[in-house]
Amino acid sequence: MNIKNKIKITVNGKQMQVITNFSLKSLIVKLKIPIDKIAIELNKKIIDKKKISKIQLKKGDKIEIVHFIGGG
Amino acid sequence: MIDKKFKIANKTFKSRLIVGTGKYKNFNECANAVKASGADIVTVAVRRVNITNKNKARLMDYLDPKKITYLPNTAGCFSAEEAIRTLRLAREIGGWKLVKLEVLGDKRNLFPEMIETLRSTELLTKEGFKVMVYCNDDPLMAKRLENVGAVAIMPLAAPIGSGLGIQNKINIKIIRKQTKLPLIIDAGIGQASDASIAMELGCDGVLINTAIAKAQNPIQMAEAMRLAVISGRKSFLSGRIDRNLFGSASTTKEGII
Repeated sequence: MNIKNKIKITVNGKQMQVITNFSLKSLIVKLKIPIDKIAIELNKKIIDKKKISKIQLKKGDKIEIVHFIGGG
Repeated sequence: MIDKKFKIANKTFKSRLIVGTGKYKNFNECANAVKASGADIVTVAVRRVNITNKNKARLMDYLDPKKITYLPNTAGCFSAEEAIRTLRLAREIGGWKLVKLEVLGDKRNLFPEMIETLRSTELLTKEGFKVMVYCNDDPLMAKRLENVGAVAIMPLAAPIGSGLGIQNKINIKIIRKQTKLPLIIDAGIGQASDASIAMELGCDGVLINTAIAKAQNPIQMAEAMRLAVISGRKSFLSGRIDRNLFGSASTTKEGII
């Protein structure tokens, strides 16, 4: 694949490369994360999980994927 | 005496003990301790998913949120903005509106930053959250939290994880007298008797994490806390005897030989 077809994004503080026209849903699927157990922020805005297939990732996007862990 | 129901934001809960899910050796131990505690509310935290280790165990696989009430917290937040961001994310995971607000002001003693806590309580309440608030044991602040819409007042007994027990019983009693909201001791419990004392002061519940999770036998300590909360509550409802300076024999003098 040509490098020009790739964009850099940041997921949970880590840099990643994905192809252009890659949707947020494709990212979640690629990372094998169960959608019903997480929340997603794209550039500090909370994303409605029902709409993630319609969101195309752009160069420099910052994505946070969170879930519940043990806490007091 | 039949006890009144333990209600928070119009929802009834069976147990007056709420337990945290942090600091356990693993999720299995955590789930077993929660079961032994009898709690039907557990506090949970919001953190990043580990995207490099996809096989890492998940809390939700061990504690089913359909069977037990998850109470998302704002652990590690030092401002209203951080707390609100965290709880909005928690709500997005699965619709949680009942939340535990905890805005800290000092990394060492983990005391709550009450100005930010008050501001966050007001903002979150306006957004439709039902906010249970970790706070200091100041009756005036407790009143202000109530005025801006808190659904439960949760004063500390002592610093989080300190295990020092209830340091200021008088303030807890004063807060009890002034509020009809659920009053829940949050933080500082060290042993079962501390939980009983909290209940004997008239609190509606107790929230415990470290005292169970870091006990040498967490499962047994969870059971001890369950019994201590029930015991303390019954003791409170039963109406204790007056304190007397002198003794009063339990056996009658009648028929003495």
